[in-house]
Amino acid sequence: MALTTTSTPALRDRRPRPGPATRRGRAGAARRGEGAAGYVFLSPWLLGLMGITALPMLLSLYLSFTNYDVLTPWSEVEWVGLANYRRMFTTDPTFWHSVQVTLKFGLIAVPLKLAAALGVAMLLHRAWRGVGLFRGLFYLPSLLGGSVALAIVWVNMFNRAGAFNSLLSLFGIHGKAWVNDPDWALPTLMLLAIWQFGAPMVIFLAGLKQVPVELYEAAAVDGAGAWRRFRNVTLPMLSPVIFFNLVLETIHGFQGFTSAFVLSNGSGGPIDSTLMYTLNLYIHGFTEFEMGYASALAWVFLLAIALITVVLFSTGRFWVHYTDGDDR
Amino acid sequence: MATHVARGPANRRLNTGTRAAFRYAILLLILALVLYPLVWMVGTSLKSQQEIVNNTGLWPAEFTPGNYAQGWVNFDVHFGRFFANSLLLCALIVIGNGLSCLLAAYAFARLRFRLRGFWFAVMIGTLLLPGHVLIIPQYILFKTLNWVGGPWPYLPLVVPHFLATEAFFVFLMVQFMRGIPRDLDEAAKIDGASPYGVFRHVILPLSRPALVTTAIFSFIWTWNDFFRQLVYLSDLKDYTVPVAMRLFIDSTSESAVGPMFAMSVMSLLPVFLFFVAFQRMLVEGINTSGLKG
Repeated sequence: MALTTTSTPALRDRRPRPGPATRRGRAGAARRGEGAAGYVFLSPWLLGLMGITALPMLLSLYLSFTNYDVLTPWSEVEWVGLANYRRMFTTDPTFWHSVQVTLKFGLIAVPLKLAAALGVAMLLHRAWRGVGLFRGLFYLPSLLGGSVALAIVWVNMFNRAGAFNSLLSLFGIHGKAWVNDPDWALPTLMLLAIWQFGAPMVIFLAGLKQVPVELYEAAAVDGAGAWRRFRNVTLPMLSPVIFFNLVLETIHGFQGFTSAFVLSNGSGGPIDSTLMYTLNLYIHGFTEFEMGYASALAWVFLLAIALITVVLFSTGRFWVHYTDGDDR
Repeated sequence: MATHVARGPANRRLNTGTRAAFRYAILLLILALVLYPLVWMVGTSLKSQQEIVNNTGLWPAEFTPGNYAQGWVNFDVHFGRFFANSLLLCALIVIGNGLSCLLAAYAFARLRFRLRGFWFAVMIGTLLLPGHVLIIPQYILFKTLNWVGGPWPYLPLVVPHFLATEAFFVFLMVQFMRGIPRDLDEAAKIDGASPYGVFRHVILPLSRPALVTTAIFSFIWTWNDFFRQLVYLSDLKDYTVPVAMRLFIDSTSESAVGPMFAMSVMSLLPVFLFFVAFQRMLVEGINTSGLKG
């Protein structure tokens, strides 16, 4: 995005010619009005924060200790203490199963997606004729891939009469209906996530642009080959961007919902193999109407995401290098 | 160093030439893999019912454009209505996000007020808050207000966006406004402009690029969003495109596969057109703002 710093015609005759004295006097008087104006401009956001975010969060914390189910009136809602949490951790096997599915999805799909993004970015970061078109076309799946329509196409592609099997038949392999196989359904969804590598790729491209050419030249003079230049110059210089992408994609990956919903028509099947955490939450909240239990699920999810973020940030200390000397 | 130079430019050019060709070949291969599902989707949408089962290849032997006509009227409510609903929802959310996030961003980027640092930290905190965590209590809240399935079925989907709850766009605009020279504000202030005047005459006109980015991504994200629309929309005539597409999964009949693919193509078309129109901006713009698709 280009920063427009040129003044508009309306401003042209308002060029600053301030004397220091007048400036300070006016600023002091304006300061008080500014404080009020600050809250005026902030008021929609504050209202949203209170009403759409904070209040619902507290409400769901309360509900997680109740047996609320939408249908019973508020007066009959019972406080059940830690029963929902106890059920989750001790008697509900689908909870642990959904945690496993979600972790497997995130831990495999996210690193592969980032590797694909970085690999293609390395091939595209120097300017040559047509490079823009390549960048754009690789980015396209990131815009389309999150939709129901594309998930439908994807599921059909890995079905018995799908494109994937026609590709396999070229090698004489007779494929099956991958999406109906509990061992293969989740991997097809991982592939859909990896297919959308374009979004982290463009962020890598921006990062690669920032690496000073002199560093590569210096490394080449020292006799470093392509791999060592990548290993010792590109990777450390790019580590803040890798970190940024890793945090974003991890949080995003654990929240995968649409593709799992489409593959299983909202059930998490075959045999719960695509029961992502958010899908399990949806099933409990909106098909079983166990909203108290679903609220407990939501809070555990929130704490897990927070924990993962903290862990990522604390490991980041050991491998993320900030060149501006600002060790965050 | 000396040997490096002595190797000579001719030798080097040849070397880089073959390497470039090699790189080009790899890129074309990856590109073919990436685009294959999309081309296959368009191809399948034009296949007859029989060909869908027998010919899993990329392109139909015989064109069957009838899938489009059939898919359009596949449900009791036609797809025209679903598209109109989705467009209306997108338009409202684009306006809401642009307006409310710009106001909040101006406060954070330019005005000094009490607890500004604290509120800013809170805003950054909500940036990482997973939306799925809030859906249940929000649903209960909106249901209590009689907004769910009420006379205005889109209220629960739209109102949060008029209250700047999409922290990502607030952050984006704050970052953008930090790039607008403060001299312009100061000049306007010296001419007697209030904070409102500065907003109206300096920040608003200069924030157009950030507003355009916000509008594009608000549109695409809303167009693709499934989770919320699935939760809040219950009446067929209020369905948006993603929720309507879901109906195809319910109907398991073989005959609906062609029409289902045809409507998949149709429903991806608006986002694809956005991509064609703003391709450069999307790819380059994200570079500077760290925006995610």
